Amino acid sequence: MSTQLSLGRVARAVAAKDLRIEMRSRVVINQVFPFAGLVMVMFAFALDNDDVLTRVAGGLVWLATLFSLIIIIQRSFAVDTADGALEAQRVAGLDPAGIFIGKALAVMMQLVTLEVVLFLAAIVLYRVQLQSDGVVLLVTCVISATAGLSFVGTLYGGLTAGARGRETLLPLLMLPVVAPVLIGATRATESAFMSGGAAVSDGWPWVGVLVVFAAVFGLGGILSFGSLIEE
Amino acid sequence: MNVQTFNARVATPTTRLVGAMAIASMAWVVLGGLFVTPKDVDQGDAVRIMYVHVPTAWVAYLAFIVTAVASACWLLSRKHSMGFDRVAGASAEVGVIFMAMTLLSGSLWGRITWGAFWAWDPRLTTTAFLLVTYIGYLAVRGLGGSLEQRARRSAVIALLAVLEIPLVHFSVLLWRSLHQNASVLSGDGDIKMDGSMLTTLLVGVIGFTCTFAWLVMHRQRVLAMQDAMEMTQLDAALRERANESSRLK
Amino acid sequence: MDHLGFIAAVYGSTFVVIVALVVRTVAQGRALASKVADKDKPWT
Repeated sequence: MSTQLSLGRVARAVAAKDLRIEMRSRVVINQVFPFAGLVMVMFAFALDNDDVLTRVAGGLVWLATLFSLIIIIQRSFAVDTADGALEAQRVAGLDPAGIFIGKALAVMMQLVTLEVVLFLAAIVLYRVQLQSDGVVLLVTCVISATAGLSFVGTLYGGLTAGARGRETLLPLLMLPVVAPVLIGATRATESAFMSGGAAVSDGWPWVGVLVVFAAVFGLGGILSFGSLIEE
Repeated sequence: MNVQTFNARVATPTTRLVGAMAIASMAWVVLGGLFVTPKDVDQGDAVRIMYVHVPTAWVAYLAFIVTAVASACWLLSRKHSMGFDRVAGASAEVGVIFMAMTLLSGSLWGRITWGAFWAWDPRLTTTAFLLVTYIGYLAVRGLGGSLEQRARRSAVIALLAVLEIPLVHFSVLLWRSLHQNASVLSGDGDIKMDGSMLTTLLVGVIGFTCTFAWLVMHRQRVLAMQDAMEMTQLDAALRERANESSRLK
Repeated sequence: MDHLGFIAAVYGSTFVVIVALVVRTVAQGRALASKVADKDKPWT
Protein backbone atom coordinates (compact mmCIF):
# COMPACT_ATOMS: atom_id res chain seq x y z
CA MET A 1 0.00 0.00 0.00
CA SER A 2 1.64 3.18 -1.10
CA THR A 3 0.50 6.69 -0.38
CA GLN A 4 1.00 9.23 -3.12
CA LEU A 5 3.74 11.66 -2.14
CA SER A 6 3.78 15.15 -3.55
CA LEU A 7 6.14 15.97 -6.40
CA GLY A 8 8.22 18.31 -4.27
CA ARG A 9 8.72 15.78 -1.48
CA VAL A 10 9.73 13.05 -3.91
CA ALA A 11 12.18 15.40 -5.62
CA ARG A 12 13.68 16.52 -2.32
CA ALA A 13 13.99 12.96 -1.03
CA VAL A 14 15.64 11.70 -4.23
CA ALA A 15 18.04 14.67 -4.36
CA ALA A 16 18.95 14.21 -0.68
CA LYS A 17 19.53 10.49 -1.25
CA ASP A 18 21.87 11.09 -4.21
CA LEU A 19 23.79 13.82 -2.39
CA ARG A 20 24.08 11.66 0.74
CA ILE A 21 25.50 8.81 -1.33
CA GLU A 22 28.01 11.25 -2.79
CA MET A 23 28.93 12.66 0.64
CA ARG A 24 29.67 9.15 1.87
CA SER A 25 31.39 7.70 -1.21
CA ARG A 26 33.09 10.91 -2.39
CA VAL A 27 33.49 9.52 -5.91
CA VAL A 28 32.75 12.85 -7.61
CA ILE A 29 35.01 14.85 -5.26
CA ASN A 30 37.88 12.37 -5.37
CA GLN A 31 37.70 11.35 -9.03
CA VAL A 32 35.66 13.71 -11.18
CA PHE A 33 37.08 16.96 -9.76
CA PRO A 34 40.70 15.87 -10.31
CA PHE A 35 39.74 14.65 -13.79
CA ALA A 36 38.26 18.05 -14.69
CA GLY A 37 41.34 19.82 -13.32
CA LEU A 38 43.53 17.53 -15.39
CA VAL A 39 41.53 18.40 -18.52
CA MET A 40 42.15 22.09 -17.83
CA VAL A 41 45.91 21.48 -17.58
CA MET A 42 45.83 19.35 -20.76
CA PHE A 43 44.15 22.22 -22.65
CA ALA A 44 47.07 24.45 -21.63
CA PHE A 45 49.53 21.86 -22.99
CA ALA A 46 47.59 21.52 -26.26
CA LEU A 47 47.14 25.25 -26.93
CA ASP A 48 50.59 26.23 -25.62
CA ASN A 49 50.04 29.99 -25.78
CA ASP A 50 49.11 32.28 -22.88
CA ASP A 51 47.18 34.81 -24.99
CA VAL A 52 45.15 32.14 -26.74
CA LEU A 53 44.39 30.48 -23.40
CA THR A 54 43.10 33.73 -21.90
CA ARG A 55 41.01 34.35 -25.00
CA VAL A 56 39.34 30.90 -25.09
CA ALA A 57 39.22 30.27 -21.32
CA GLY A 58 35.42 30.40 -21.18
CA GLY A 59 35.03 27.71 -23.82
CA LEU A 60 37.59 25.48 -22.13
CA VAL A 61 35.83 25.69 -18.77
CA TRP A 62 32.55 24.65 -20.39
CA LEU A 63 34.17 21.85 -22.38
CA ALA A 64 35.71 20.48 -19.18
CA THR A 65 32.25 20.75 -17.59
CA LEU A 66 30.65 18.79 -20.45
CA PHE A 67 33.19 15.98 -20.16
CA SER A 68 32.64 15.85 -16.42
CA LEU A 69 28.87 15.92 -16.93
CA ILE A 70 29.07 12.64 -18.84
CA ILE A 71 30.89 10.99 -15.92
CA ILE A 72 28.65 12.52 -13.25
CA ILE A 73 25.51 11.34 -15.06
CA GLN A 74 26.90 7.84 -15.48
CA ARG A 75 27.80 7.78 -11.79
CA SER A 76 24.37 9.13 -10.82
CA PHE A 77 22.58 6.29 -12.62
CA ALA A 78 25.14 3.60 -11.84
CA VAL A 79 24.23 4.14 -8.19
CA ASP A 80 20.59 3.50 -9.02
CA THR A 81 20.82 0.63 -11.50
CA ALA A 82 23.46 -1.42 -9.67
CA ASP A 83 20.98 -2.85 -7.18
CA GLY A 84 17.80 -2.07 -9.08
CA ALA A 85 17.07 1.03 -7.00
CA LEU A 86 15.57 2.93 -9.94
CA GLU A 87 13.25 0.00 -10.57
CA ALA A 88 12.36 -0.08 -6.89
CA GLN A 89 11.57 3.65 -6.81
CA ARG A 90 9.30 3.22 -9.80
CA VAL A 91 7.55 0.17 -8.40
CA ALA A 92 7.13 1.96 -5.07
CA GLY A 93 4.86 4.38 -6.90
CA LEU A 94 7.13 7.44 -6.79
CA ASP A 95 6.17 10.04 -9.36
CA PRO A 96 8.72 9.71 -12.22
CA ALA A 97 8.64 13.50 -12.64
CA GLY A 98 9.72 13.79 -8.99
CA ILE A 99 12.56 11.31 -9.52
CA PHE A 100 13.61 13.32 -12.58
CA ILE A 101 13.65 16.65 -10.75
CA GLY A 102 15.38 15.14 -7.73
CA LYS A 103 18.17 13.50 -9.72
CA ALA A 104 18.61 16.65 -11.84
CA LEU A 105 18.86 18.77 -8.66
CA ALA A 106 21.56 16.52 -7.23
CA VAL A 107 23.49 16.63 -10.50
CA MET A 108 23.07 20.42 -10.57
CA MET A 109 24.55 20.82 -7.08
CA GLN A 110 27.57 18.71 -8.01
CA LEU A 111 28.06 20.55 -11.31
CA VAL A 112 27.84 24.02 -9.78
CA THR A 113 30.47 23.08 -7.22
CA LEU A 114 32.66 21.74 -10.00
CA GLU A 115 32.18 24.88 -12.09
CA VAL A 116 33.21 27.14 -9.20
CA VAL A 117 36.44 25.16 -8.91
CA LEU A 118 36.98 25.27 -12.68
CA PHE A 119 36.45 29.03 -12.86
CA LEU A 120 38.94 29.54 -10.02
CA ALA A 121 41.35 27.30 -11.95
CA ALA A 122 40.77 29.41 -15.09
CA ILE A 123 41.59 32.59 -13.17
CA VAL A 124 44.78 31.05 -11.82
CA LEU A 125 45.93 28.96 -14.79
CA TYR A 126 44.59 30.91 -17.78
CA ARG A 127 44.99 34.41 -16.23
CA VAL A 128 41.49 35.62 -17.00
CA GLN A 129 40.26 38.81 -15.32
CA LEU A 130 36.82 38.99 -13.79
CA GLN A 131 35.55 42.56 -13.27
CA SER A 132 32.84 43.20 -10.73
CA ASP A 133 30.17 43.98 -13.37
CA GLY A 134 30.84 40.62 -15.03
CA VAL A 135 30.08 38.69 -11.83
CA VAL A 136 26.29 38.96 -12.08
CA LEU A 137 26.35 37.80 -15.70
CA LEU A 138 28.66 34.91 -14.86
CA VAL A 139 26.54 33.71 -11.93
CA THR A 140 23.30 33.87 -13.97
CA CYS A 141 24.99 32.10 -16.86
CA VAL A 142 26.35 29.33 -14.60
CA ILE A 143 22.97 28.70 -12.97
CA SER A 144 20.93 28.65 -16.19
CA ALA A 145 23.49 26.63 -18.17
CA THR A 146 23.89 24.11 -15.36
CA ALA A 147 20.13 23.68 -15.08
CA GLY A 148 19.94 22.90 -18.81
CA LEU A 149 22.87 20.49 -18.65
CA SER A 150 21.44 18.67 -15.64
CA PHE A 151 18.00 18.26 -17.20
CA VAL A 152 19.37 16.92 -20.49
CA GLY A 153 21.88 14.71 -18.69
CA THR A 154 19.28 13.20 -16.37
CA LEU A 155 16.87 12.65 -19.25
CA TYR A 156 19.36 10.77 -21.42
CA GLY A 157 21.02 9.14 -18.43
CA GLY A 158 17.64 7.64 -17.47
CA LEU A 159 17.14 6.43 -21.02
CA THR A 160 20.51 4.69 -21.26
CA ALA A 161 20.57 3.46 -17.65
CA GLY A 162 20.83 -0.31 -17.69
CA ALA A 163 21.18 -0.49 -21.47
CA ARG A 164 23.95 -2.35 -23.20
CA GLY A 165 26.81 -0.10 -24.29
CA ARG A 166 25.57 2.85 -22.23
CA GLU A 167 29.07 4.26 -21.74
CA THR A 168 29.34 5.01 -25.45
CA LEU A 169 25.68 5.69 -26.16
CA LEU A 170 25.25 8.46 -23.57
CA PRO A 171 27.79 10.89 -25.11
CA LEU A 172 26.48 10.17 -28.62
CA LEU A 173 22.94 11.07 -27.58
CA MET A 174 23.70 13.87 -25.16
CA LEU A 175 26.49 15.94 -26.75
CA PRO A 176 24.55 17.04 -29.85
CA VAL A 177 21.66 18.09 -27.62
CA VAL A 178 23.79 20.21 -25.28
CA ALA A 179 25.59 21.97 -28.15
CA PRO A 180 23.42 25.11 -27.73
CA VAL A 181 24.46 25.22 -24.05
CA LEU A 182 28.13 25.04 -25.02
CA ILE A 183 27.69 27.86 -27.55
CA GLY A 184 25.55 30.03 -25.27
CA ALA A 185 27.45 29.52 -22.03
CA THR A 186 30.80 30.05 -23.75
CA ARG A 187 29.74 33.33 -25.35
CA ALA A 188 28.18 34.60 -22.12
CA THR A 189 31.26 33.63 -20.13
CA GLU A 190 33.54 35.35 -22.64
CA SER A 191 31.46 38.50 -22.24
CA ALA A 192 31.73 38.25 -18.47
CA PHE A 193 35.51 37.89 -18.76
CA MET A 194 35.49 40.58 -21.48
CA SER A 195 37.85 38.37 -23.50
CA GLY A 196 38.48 39.33 -27.11
CA GLY A 197 37.08 42.82 -26.51
CA ALA A 198 33.57 41.56 -25.72
CA ALA A 199 31.30 43.78 -23.64
CA VAL A 200 29.43 42.46 -20.61
CA SER A 201 26.09 43.51 -22.13
CA ASP A 202 26.72 41.20 -25.14
CA GLY A 203 26.33 38.21 -22.87
CA TRP A 204 22.71 38.71 -21.82
CA PRO A 205 21.00 37.47 -25.03
CA TRP A 206 22.92 34.23 -24.55
CA VAL A 207 21.63 33.86 -21.01
CA GLY A 208 18.18 34.11 -22.58
CA VAL A 209 19.02 31.17 -24.86
CA LEU A 210 20.24 29.19 -21.85
CA VAL A 211 17.07 29.89 -19.86
CA VAL A 212 14.84 28.85 -22.79
CA PHE A 213 16.92 25.69 -23.21
CA ALA A 214 16.65 24.78 -19.52
CA ALA A 215 12.90 25.43 -19.52
CA VAL A 216 12.29 23.34 -22.65
CA PHE A 217 14.25 20.34 -21.46
CA GLY A 218 13.06 20.64 -17.88
CA LEU A 219 9.49 20.43 -19.11
CA GLY A 220 10.37 17.71 -21.63
CA GLY A 221 11.97 15.66 -18.88
CA ILE A 222 9.06 16.05 -16.48
CA LEU A 223 6.66 14.87 -19.19
CA SER A 224 8.70 12.02 -20.65
CA PHE A 225 10.94 10.64 -17.89
CA GLY A 226 8.29 8.16 -16.81
CA SER A 227 8.03 6.55 -20.22
CA LEU A 228 11.83 6.45 -20.63
CA ILE A 229 12.61 4.51 -17.44
CA GLU A 230 9.53 2.29 -17.66
CA GLU A 231 10.33 -1.35 -18.39
CA MET B 1 -4.91 -25.95 -38.64
CA ASN B 2 -4.69 -23.23 -41.23
CA VAL B 3 -2.39 -23.56 -44.19
CA GLN B 4 0.59 -21.26 -44.11
CA THR B 5 1.58 -19.70 -47.39
CA PHE B 6 4.92 -18.11 -48.13
CA ASN B 7 4.72 -15.48 -50.82
CA ALA B 8 8.28 -14.47 -51.63
CA ARG B 9 7.34 -11.14 -53.20
CA VAL B 10 7.48 -7.95 -51.19
CA ALA B 11 6.24 -5.55 -53.86
CA THR B 12 2.65 -4.48 -54.32
CA PRO B 13 1.01 -2.54 -57.19
CA THR B 14 1.45 0.68 -55.17
CA THR B 15 5.17 0.26 -54.63
CA ARG B 16 5.63 -0.79 -58.27
CA LEU B 17 3.90 2.37 -59.45
CA VAL B 18 5.91 4.58 -57.09
CA GLY B 19 9.10 2.80 -58.15
CA ALA B 20 8.35 3.30 -61.83
CA MET B 21 7.69 6.99 -61.26
CA ALA B 22 10.98 7.25 -59.34
CA ILE B 23 12.97 5.58 -62.13
CA ALA B 24 11.39 7.74 -64.85
CA SER B 25 11.99 11.01 -63.04
CA MET B 26 15.52 10.03 -62.01
CA ALA B 27 16.33 9.37 -65.67
CA TRP B 28 15.04 12.86 -66.47
CA VAL B 29 17.20 14.35 -63.70
CA VAL B 30 20.36 12.70 -65.01
CA LEU B 31 19.72 13.60 -68.66
CA GLY B 32 18.28 17.03 -67.96
CA GLY B 33 20.70 17.93 -65.21
CA LEU B 34 23.84 16.89 -67.07
CA PHE B 35 23.01 17.70 -70.70
CA VAL B 36 19.78 19.60 -71.41
CA THR B 37 19.90 22.46 -68.90
CA PRO B 38 22.17 25.44 -69.63
CA LYS B 39 25.13 26.60 -67.56
CA ASP B 40 24.52 29.17 -64.87
CA VAL B 41 25.83 32.67 -65.57
CA ASP B 42 27.86 32.83 -62.33
CA GLN B 43 28.37 29.21 -61.37
CA GLY B 44 28.91 27.63 -64.78
CA ASP B 45 28.54 23.87 -64.86
CA ALA B 46 28.76 23.63 -61.06
CA VAL B 47 25.06 24.47 -60.93
CA ARG B 48 24.35 20.94 -62.21
CA ILE B 49 25.11 19.66 -58.71
CA MET B 50 21.98 21.49 -57.55
CA TYR B 51 19.64 19.03 -59.34
CA VAL B 52 20.90 16.25 -57.07
CA HIS B 53 21.83 18.18 -53.93
CA VAL B 54 18.59 20.08 -53.35
CA PRO B 55 16.25 17.06 -53.75
CA THR B 56 18.52 14.96 -51.47
CA ALA B 57 18.39 17.63 -48.78
CA TRP B 58 14.62 17.90 -49.19
CA VAL B 59 14.22 14.14 -48.73
CA ALA B 60 16.50 14.15 -45.68
CA TYR B 61 14.41 16.80 -43.95
CA LEU B 62 11.16 15.17 -45.09
CA ALA B 63 12.34 11.87 -43.62
CA PHE B 64 12.78 13.41 -40.18
CA ILE B 65 9.43 15.13 -40.34
CA VAL B 66 7.88 11.75 -41.17
CA THR B 67 9.74 10.16 -38.25
CA ALA B 68 8.53 12.84 -35.85
CA VAL B 69 4.93 12.65 -37.07
CA ALA B 70 4.88 8.84 -36.98
CA SER B 71 6.36 8.89 -33.46
CA ALA B 72 3.74 11.37 -32.28
CA CYS B 73 1.03 9.19 -33.87
CA TRP B 74 2.36 6.16 -32.03
CA LEU B 75 2.36 7.96 -28.68
CA LEU B 76 -1.07 9.50 -29.19
CA SER B 77 -2.88 6.57 -30.77
CA ARG B 78 -4.79 4.50 -28.27
CA LYS B 79 -3.89 1.22 -29.95
CA HIS B 80 -0.13 1.95 -30.11
CA SER B 81 -0.02 0.33 -33.53
CA MET B 82 3.49 -0.94 -34.31
CA GLY B 83 3.04 0.22 -37.90
CA PHE B 84 3.67 3.83 -36.80
CA ASP B 85 6.84 2.78 -35.00
CA ARG B 86 8.14 0.91 -38.04
CA VAL B 87 7.43 3.81 -40.38
CA ALA B 88 9.29 6.09 -37.95
CA GLY B 89 12.27 3.73 -37.88
CA ALA B 90 12.31 3.09 -41.64
CA SER B 91 12.06 6.79 -42.38
CA ALA B 92 14.92 7.64 -39.99
CA GLU B 93 17.14 4.97 -41.57
CA VAL B 94 16.54 6.36 -45.06
CA GLY B 95 16.88 9.91 -43.73
CA VAL B 96 20.31 9.30 -42.19
CA ILE B 97 21.65 8.01 -45.50
CA PHE B 98 20.17 10.91 -47.48
CA MET B 99 21.47 13.40 -44.94
CA ALA B 100 24.98 11.98 -45.29
CA MET B 101 24.65 12.26 -49.09
CA THR B 102 23.44 15.85 -48.71
CA LEU B 103 26.50 16.78 -46.67
CA LEU B 104 28.79 15.03 -49.16
CA SER B 105 27.33 16.63 -52.29
CA GLY B 106 27.03 19.96 -50.48
CA SER B 107 30.66 20.00 -49.45
CA LEU B 108 31.78 19.15 -52.99
CA TRP B 109 29.59 21.93 -54.36
CA GLY B 110 30.94 24.26 -51.67
CA ARG B 111 34.51 23.45 -52.66
CA ILE B 112 33.74 24.71 -56.18
CA THR B 113 31.65 27.76 -55.38
CA TRP B 114 33.20 29.09 -52.19
CA GLY B 115 36.53 27.27 -52.23
CA ALA B 116 35.97 25.41 -48.96
CA PHE B 117 34.45 22.04 -48.16
CA TRP B 118 32.82 23.30 -45.00
CA ALA B 119 31.54 26.60 -43.61
CA TRP B 120 30.06 27.24 -40.18
CA ASP B 121 26.80 28.28 -41.66
CA PRO B 122 23.63 27.69 -39.59
CA ARG B 123 22.06 25.51 -42.29
CA LEU B 124 25.13 23.31 -42.64
CA THR B 125 25.72 23.04 -38.92
CA THR B 126 22.10 22.18 -38.21
CA THR B 127 22.18 19.51 -40.91
CA ALA B 128 25.30 17.97 -39.39
CA PHE B 129 23.69 17.96 -35.92
CA LEU B 130 20.55 16.43 -37.35
CA LEU B 131 22.65 13.62 -38.81
CA VAL B 132 24.35 12.87 -35.48
CA THR B 133 21.06 13.11 -33.60
CA TYR B 134 19.36 10.57 -35.83
CA ILE B 135 22.36 8.24 -35.74
CA GLY B 136 21.74 8.35 -31.98
CA TYR B 137 18.04 7.72 -32.58
CA LEU B 138 18.88 4.59 -34.58
CA ALA B 139 21.23 3.48 -31.79
CA VAL B 140 18.35 3.83 -29.31
CA ARG B 141 16.18 1.69 -31.60
CA GLY B 142 18.86 -0.98 -31.41
CA LEU B 143 18.94 -1.06 -27.61
CA GLY B 144 16.77 -4.17 -27.41
CA GLY B 145 13.88 -4.96 -25.13
CA SER B 146 10.29 -5.51 -26.12
CA LEU B 147 8.73 -3.97 -29.24
CA GLU B 148 6.60 -1.74 -27.04
CA GLN B 149 9.64 -0.54 -25.12
CA ARG B 150 11.55 0.15 -28.33
CA ALA B 151 8.62 2.09 -29.75
CA ARG B 152 8.09 4.20 -26.62
CA ARG B 153 11.76 5.04 -26.11
CA SER B 154 12.42 5.91 -29.72
CA ALA B 155 9.23 7.96 -30.04
CA VAL B 156 10.28 10.09 -27.06
CA ILE B 157 13.78 10.52 -28.51
CA ALA B 158 12.35 11.52 -31.89
CA LEU B 159 10.16 14.17 -30.28
CA LEU B 160 13.04 15.46 -28.12
CA ALA B 161 15.02 15.83 -31.36
CA VAL B 162 12.25 18.04 -32.70
CA LEU B 163 12.85 20.28 -29.66
CA GLU B 164 16.59 20.15 -30.06
CA ILE B 165 16.97 21.00 -33.74
CA PRO B 166 15.37 24.50 -33.65
CA LEU B 167 17.43 25.32 -30.55
CA VAL B 168 20.65 24.26 -32.30
CA HIS B 169 19.68 26.17 -35.43
CA PHE B 170 18.79 29.31 -33.52
CA SER B 171 21.92 29.28 -31.36
CA VAL B 172 24.19 28.76 -34.38
CA LEU B 173 22.33 31.56 -36.16
CA LEU B 174 22.89 33.89 -33.22
CA TRP B 175 26.49 32.71 -32.86
CA ARG B 176 27.29 33.47 -36.50
CA SER B 177 25.44 36.77 -36.61
CA LEU B 178 27.48 38.10 -33.69
CA HIS B 179 30.69 37.28 -35.50
CA GLN B 180 31.86 39.45 -38.34
CA ASN B 181 32.41 37.00 -41.18
CA ALA B 182 29.04 36.75 -42.84
CA SER B 183 27.68 33.54 -44.24
CA VAL B 184 29.44 32.36 -47.37
CA LEU B 185 26.09 31.09 -48.54
CA SER B 186 24.69 34.59 -48.84
CA GLY B 187 25.48 34.60 -52.56
CA ASP B 188 23.82 31.36 -53.52
CA GLY B 189 20.34 32.67 -54.06
CA ASP B 190 21.66 34.24 -57.21
CA ILE B 191 21.14 31.32 -59.55
CA LYS B 192 19.01 32.67 -62.40
CA MET B 193 16.76 29.79 -63.34
CA ASP B 194 15.19 29.43 -66.73
CA GLY B 195 12.29 27.08 -67.49
CA SER B 196 14.30 23.94 -68.16
CA MET B 197 16.33 24.38 -64.96
CA LEU B 198 13.27 24.90 -62.80
CA THR B 199 11.48 21.93 -64.38
CA THR B 200 14.49 19.66 -63.88
CA LEU B 201 14.78 20.71 -60.25
CA LEU B 202 11.07 20.09 -59.71
CA VAL B 203 11.23 16.68 -61.39
CA GLY B 204 14.24 15.92 -59.20
CA VAL B 205 12.28 16.73 -56.05
CA ILE B 206 9.38 14.53 -57.23
CA GLY B 207 11.71 11.69 -58.22
CA PHE B 208 13.64 11.72 -54.96
CA THR B 209 10.41 11.90 -52.98
CA CYS B 210 9.09 8.84 -54.86
CA THR B 211 12.38 7.05 -54.16
CA PHE B 212 12.02 7.92 -50.48
CA ALA B 213 8.42 6.68 -50.39
CA TRP B 214 9.40 3.45 -52.14
CA LEU B 215 12.33 2.86 -49.75
CA VAL B 216 10.27 3.56 -46.64
CA MET B 217 7.44 1.26 -47.74
CA HIS B 218 9.81 -1.60 -48.50
CA ARG B 219 12.00 -1.04 -45.47
CA GLN B 220 8.91 -0.88 -43.27
CA ARG B 221 7.87 -4.30 -44.61
CA VAL B 222 11.33 -5.69 -43.89
CA LEU B 223 11.10 -4.40 -40.32
CA ALA B 224 7.61 -5.89 -39.95
CA MET B 225 8.88 -9.28 -41.10
CA GLN B 226 11.91 -9.06 -38.78
CA ASP B 227 9.60 -8.34 -35.85
CA ALA B 228 7.29 -11.20 -36.91
CA MET B 229 10.26 -13.57 -37.16
CA GLU B 230 11.37 -12.62 -33.67
CA MET B 231 7.90 -13.23 -32.30
CA THR B 232 7.65 -16.63 -34.03
CA GLN B 233 11.04 -17.65 -32.68
CA LEU B 234 10.03 -16.49 -29.21
CA ASP B 235 6.78 -18.46 -29.44
CA ALA B 236 8.65 -21.54 -30.60
CA ALA B 237 11.14 -21.23 -27.74
CA LEU B 238 8.32 -20.83 -25.23
CA ARG B 239 6.49 -23.85 -26.63
CA GLU B 240 9.67 -25.90 -26.40
CA ARG B 241 10.16 -24.91 -22.76
CA ALA B 242 6.52 -25.77 -22.04
CA ASN B 243 6.94 -29.18 -23.65
CA GLU B 244 10.12 -29.78 -21.69
CA SER B 245 8.49 -29.02 -18.36
CA SER B 246 5.43 -31.14 -19.17
CA ARG B 247 7.73 -34.04 -20.08
CA LEU B 248 9.51 -33.69 -16.74
CA LYS B 249 6.24 -33.98 -14.85
CA MET C 1 32.23 20.84 -68.84
CA ASP C 2 34.27 22.40 -66.03
CA HIS C 3 34.51 20.73 -62.63
CA LEU C 4 33.68 17.43 -64.35
CA GLY C 5 35.27 15.43 -61.53
CA PHE C 6 33.17 17.09 -58.83
CA ILE C 7 29.92 16.81 -60.79
CA ALA C 8 30.60 13.17 -61.64
CA ALA C 9 31.44 12.47 -57.99
CA VAL C 10 28.15 13.99 -56.80
CA TYR C 11 25.94 12.22 -59.38
CA GLY C 12 27.91 8.99 -59.08
CA SER C 13 27.93 8.77 -55.31
CA THR C 14 24.27 9.73 -54.96
CA PHE C 15 22.92 7.26 -57.50
CA VAL C 16 25.27 4.45 -56.47
CA VAL C 17 24.14 4.81 -52.85
CA ILE C 18 20.45 4.87 -53.86
CA VAL C 19 20.79 1.81 -56.10
CA ALA C 20 22.73 -0.05 -53.40
CA LEU C 21 20.03 0.80 -50.87
CA VAL C 22 17.27 -0.39 -53.21
CA VAL C 23 19.08 -3.65 -54.02
CA ARG C 24 19.79 -4.35 -50.35
CA THR C 25 16.21 -3.62 -49.31
CA VAL C 26 14.74 -5.88 -52.00
CA ALA C 27 17.19 -8.67 -51.24
CA GLN C 28 16.45 -8.48 -47.52
CA GLY C 29 12.72 -8.38 -48.20
CA ARG C 30 12.79 -11.42 -50.50
CA ALA C 31 14.94 -13.42 -48.06
CA LEU C 32 12.62 -12.69 -45.15
CA ALA C 33 9.40 -13.06 -47.16
CA SER C 34 10.22 -16.66 -47.95
CA LYS C 35 10.51 -17.41 -44.24
CA VAL C 36 7.69 -15.36 -42.76
CA ALA C 37 4.14 -16.67 -43.08
CA ASP C 38 1.75 -14.60 -45.20
CA LYS C 39 -0.50 -13.87 -42.23
CA ASP C 40 2.28 -11.63 -40.87
CA LYS C 41 2.41 -9.72 -44.15
CA PRO C 42 -0.65 -7.50 -44.24
CA TRP C 43 0.19 -6.19 -47.73
CA THR C 44 -0.08 -9.56 -49.50
